[in-house]
Amino acid sequence: MTAVIEARSIGVRIGAKALLDGVSFTVPPGETVALVGPNGAGKSTLLRVLSGEIRPSAGAVTLKGRALASYRPRLLALNRAVLSQNISVAFPFTVADVVRMGAGDGRGAKIDAMVEAALAEVDLTGWGERVITTLSGGEQQRAHFARVLVQLACGEADNGPGLLLLDEPTASLDLRHQLDLIAATRRCTERGVTVVAILHDLNLATLFAERVVVLSHGRLVGDGAPRDTITDAMLEQVFRVGNRNRARAARGHAVHPAAWDDATVSRACRAYA
Amino acid sequence: MTAAAPAQASARRSAWRNAIRSPVIVLGVLLAALVVVAIIASTIGAAGIPLRRLAAAFGLASGDPDLIARDRLVLWSIRLPRIALACMIGALLAAAGTMMQGLFRNPLADPGLVGVSSGAGLAAAVTIVLGDRLLAGTPLPFEVLPFAAFIGALAVTTMLYRIATRENRTSVAIFLLAGIAIGALAAAAIGLLVFLADDRQLRDITFWMLGALGGATWAKAAIITPFLVALLIAIPLIARGLDLLVLGEAEAFHMGVEVERLKRLSIVLVSATVGAAVAVSGVIGFVGIVVPHLLRMVIGPGHRLLLPASVVFGAILLLTADTFARILAAPAELPIGILTAAVGAPFFLAILLRQRSVVAL
Repeated sequence: MTAVIEARSIGVRIGAKALLDGVSFTVPPGETVALVGPNGAGKSTLLRVLSGEIRPSAGAVTLKGRALASYRPRLLALNRAVLSQNISVAFPFTVADVVRMGAGDGRGAKIDAMVEAALAEVDLTGWGERVITTLSGGEQQRAHFARVLVQLACGEADNGPGLLLLDEPTASLDLRHQLDLIAATRRCTERGVTVVAILHDLNLATLFAERVVVLSHGRLVGDGAPRDTITDAMLEQVFRVGNRNRARAARGHAVHPAAWDDATVSRACRAYA
Repeated sequence: MTAAAPAQASARRSAWRNAIRSPVIVLGVLLAALVVVAIIASTIGAAGIPLRRLAAAFGLASGDPDLIARDRLVLWSIRLPRIALACMIGALLAAAGTMMQGLFRNPLADPGLVGVSSGAGLAAAVTIVLGDRLLAGTPLPFEVLPFAAFIGALAVTTMLYRIATRENRTSVAIFLLAGIAIGALAAAAIGLLVFLADDRQLRDITFWMLGALGGATWAKAAIITPFLVALLIAIPLIARGLDLLVLGEAEAFHMGVEVERLKRLSIVLVSATVGAAVAVSGVIGFVGIVVPHLLRMVIGPGHRLLLPASVVFGAILLLTADTFARILAAPAELPIGILTAAVGAPFFLAILLRQRSVVAL
């Protein structure tokens, strides 16, 4: 099976400053990748490159075996969906209006059902007629996630499972809805959707992803299973939190996921759920 | 109370909602209202034509042949061209406001408020003064003015967009302030032209500053018809894109919109509609902000319905305003720009007060 998305030595520079430098990785269908790294590591830039929003100054991206740059926006929208952070809606659209935007020009009972299903998925059943600008940040974020789910579902009909890009999807969500989002994303990957998500919470990253890509200063410094990437060495080198961490570990805390065994993880999952 | 009552109320609400979102019903009601206002407007004026004689003049009833002949003359050479022109200008200005607000994702955008109309007016004034000098005496063909005004409006709109939009965000504060600065610059340039102009040019230029529909002719209506037709053709092409643009340029792109093309098309359309309107009737403010705002409160913000509804409601509003302008100070005529500003400016302040918490400057 070919990769859904393949980035080959991506470089992005603005003036003399390199935001990304030689980043390469490949994601097979149905995989969930967490993109982690400190502030300013280039995570958002990488996500914008993968979404087609900015063209890299070096390297190339292929989506489903075809150069990303060769996609028209309409076709691209049928093959990948993006959930950004802090989307502000300028006019008083209802939640249902916004979610339906994911379906493009689509109308009719089938789309209505899709919208209802997506609203249920994000725990906003019955909120369709509320004006989105009156909702809290987290509720708006969930509505936008529902919109992205509708977009994915629409593209899937003709183009097969797509690519889902998430920028800090859990940032404004409470614990319950963070876990709901993870569960909803999992249901997507079970259908074959591929997910790349920027995450800050490393604990969540281990719950969420089967693979972690670590960025630091625009370079890829780690790529593999959470257990192999989120290590003491990485935390110290990339996040500069090694010493305090070890001190806390000495006091008996399980401070980062690499220290968790399978039993701890499943206990944590049960506790959350 | 049984459980059925809330269910019924909810069903009624939902039926109402479907009705106010249905293009056929909304546009039907608006068009019917436009016809009623047009009939009233054609009866009113220096030479009153009561409804009965109006019907006779259109051959729908019988009457005194002499009166019919006189009424026909008044209707066809004075009143109907004026009504047509008021409707078209109103339609153009309202659509320009709606498109601009969608493009800038800002409910406070109005071509008159942020200097686009002034830019169009300046270009028209330059054309009058320079055209006069260059053509040395031969009267400037009026047909040139809409295109000159279009160029002026295009320059201002493009400049505004460049200044106010950076990295996917349009700043409301920078947009409004830049608009004020550009408007002031255009006003200064118009002032300079007034200073340089001779008496006849001065009269022509003054007319832009006030905004008036007097001297309406079929010829003027014919000149702006292509602009209105182009607008009507373009509405379906940009409506969906403007809806998605509400979430931001990046999000619109993520959902499949060719954002650059949409922006270019919208900027050209705003400029063309404002240019055409300003060339014929001068600077008439606030139609572009009042119409979309009122409509959004009733039919919602979706551009697929909002844009065509703005066209019709703009026509209704400006025709009503023009009719008042004709009768308030009869037999003299109030420049309509004064009237729309007198009503529109307080309305604008009311919007500001309501949205004070929402509009982050």
